[in-house]
Amino acid sequence: MTKPLVAIRSVSKSFGEFQALKSVSLDVWPGEVMCLIGASGSGKTTLLRCINQLTAIDAGGIWLDGELLGVREQGGRLYRLSESEIGRQRLKTGMVFQRFNLFPHKTALENIIEGPTQVQGRKVDEVRAEALELLRRVGLAAKADSYPAQLSGGQQQRVAIARALAMKPMLMLFDEPTSALDPELVGEVLAVMKELAKSGMTMMVVTHELGFAREVADRVVYMDQGAIVEQGHASDVLGAPREARTKAFLSAVI
Amino acid sequence: MKPAPALAEGFPDLSGMQIAREPHWFRWLSVALIVLVLAAIARAFANGQIEWSYVSRFITAKVILEGIVNTMVMAVLAMALGIFLGVAVAIMRLSPNPVLKTVAAGYTWLFRGTPLILQLLLWFNLALVFPTIGIPGLWSARAVDVMTPFLAALLGLGINQGAYTSEVMRAGMLSVDIGQYEAAQAIGMGRLRALRRIILPQAMRVVIPPLGNEFIGMVKATSLASVIQYPEVLHNAENIYYANSRVIELLIVAGLWYLLVVSILTPLQMLLERRFARGTMRFAR
Repeated sequence: MTKPLVAIRSVSKSFGEFQALKSVSLDVWPGEVMCLIGASGSGKTTLLRCINQLTAIDAGGIWLDGELLGVREQGGRLYRLSESEIGRQRLKTGMVFQRFNLFPHKTALENIIEGPTQVQGRKVDEVRAEALELLRRVGLAAKADSYPAQLSGGQQQRVAIARALAMKPMLMLFDEPTSALDPELVGEVLAVMKELAKSGMTMMVVTHELGFAREVADRVVYMDQGAIVEQGHASDVLGAPREARTKAFLSAVI
Repeated sequence: MKPAPALAEGFPDLSGMQIAREPHWFRWLSVALIVLVLAAIARAFANGQIEWSYVSRFITAKVILEGIVNTMVMAVLAMALGIFLGVAVAIMRLSPNPVLKTVAAGYTWLFRGTPLILQLLLWFNLALVFPTIGIPGLWSARAVDVMTPFLAALLGLGINQGAYTSEVMRAGMLSVDIGQYEAAQAIGMGRLRALRRIILPQAMRVVIPPLGNEFIGMVKATSLASVIQYPEVLHNAENIYYANSRVIELLIVAGLWYLLVVSILTPLQMLLERRFARGTMRFAR
């Protein structure tokens, strides 16, 4: 029997008074494409950031590939992992940000080879060949030597996806990858993500693109006020929502 | 094809005409005034009690040339020490560790809070506090022998500079977008590697203009080391005028050298700025 790639159990997180996550539990299965939808402040981005530990959780546990994240259990107590151990765990996930966060002082190619050469200690020549292949895959082979400022938003985001893929992650996390883009540039990024989904990558996508969710997602999770309200197949959740809050949200966005 | 509607009359074609140059009378008048004032100042100095032949004779004197070399050596070494300490202290200051934070803040407080000349004198006179220094059981020496004018000047200037540079570096690191830290972490980088590979190179763009300022300040601050007998250019110029009493002439010699050095540094700074501006240009050059 297969095990979930990500197992989230009773995870809570507060920012001061504001409770961003209220005892959330969820499984993500290998090869699954999951779309997280909900209003801003519903906790979907926080959940994503907890999985690659850019945000530390207050309570609960997250297991990635069977390994407990961020802490080690010993004798009934939890001990925080060191920075380097957390870095090693992060390598299993790739993150794509809303604001791209490409390194502006490096070219597209340099952005992609930075992680594999610096963090994984791999040889530049070998990584360069892979990076060029990734750039070709996202349709930007000609832009290898361009700096981020010379690329459009859609192109920057596609480089950012290639940068994340270069680390050979088991799980790709997308935090509203098209929200900062002009409408005419959204399609090119979604096309790359669709291709990635078809290749069998496990993906968690926080998005407002319901069309993308309907077409690509194996499961849609609707969150509100830090909790999962409803989840299921895209056609069920988006087509025939059961919960009143889901209905209200969907009628507001469509 | 439908003909274009006829254009209204009374608006002649101006495309062949050139725009006339304005005379700018006032600009020419001010230039003339400035030239007059400068000429008057030059005349005053030419007729004043200055023997210009001494200036031209001593400007390339061996002792003066050695002095300017010592000035440059000290400025470069002390600035290097200052930048090294400054980066280290800025990283400590931004670390989550409260011990490192407090140590860094204390260092900045102490060395920014006391005059540089006092620090130089303290380093130079360290022998009064600790007659012998060393590592117990391994090595020891008389402090007077170890604390030469060179070492005292280097420590005094470099450590003081580190306190200022740390704030410049900290400002630069704070100027880098938080998303850059997160993106570096997301590809598995630790804090120090992210700082070295991603944050500091971007911070450099912001800190080079103030660091250029600091370095120019350092070139001139080395003159303070004349009080602890370090043979930099001002100290050597003073030694000459103690002998020949040509005070103003030798001060002018030293001043001209400082001006020359600082004039060379400015284009160097521009080259550095261009190096670190990588990726900020919308279109590749």
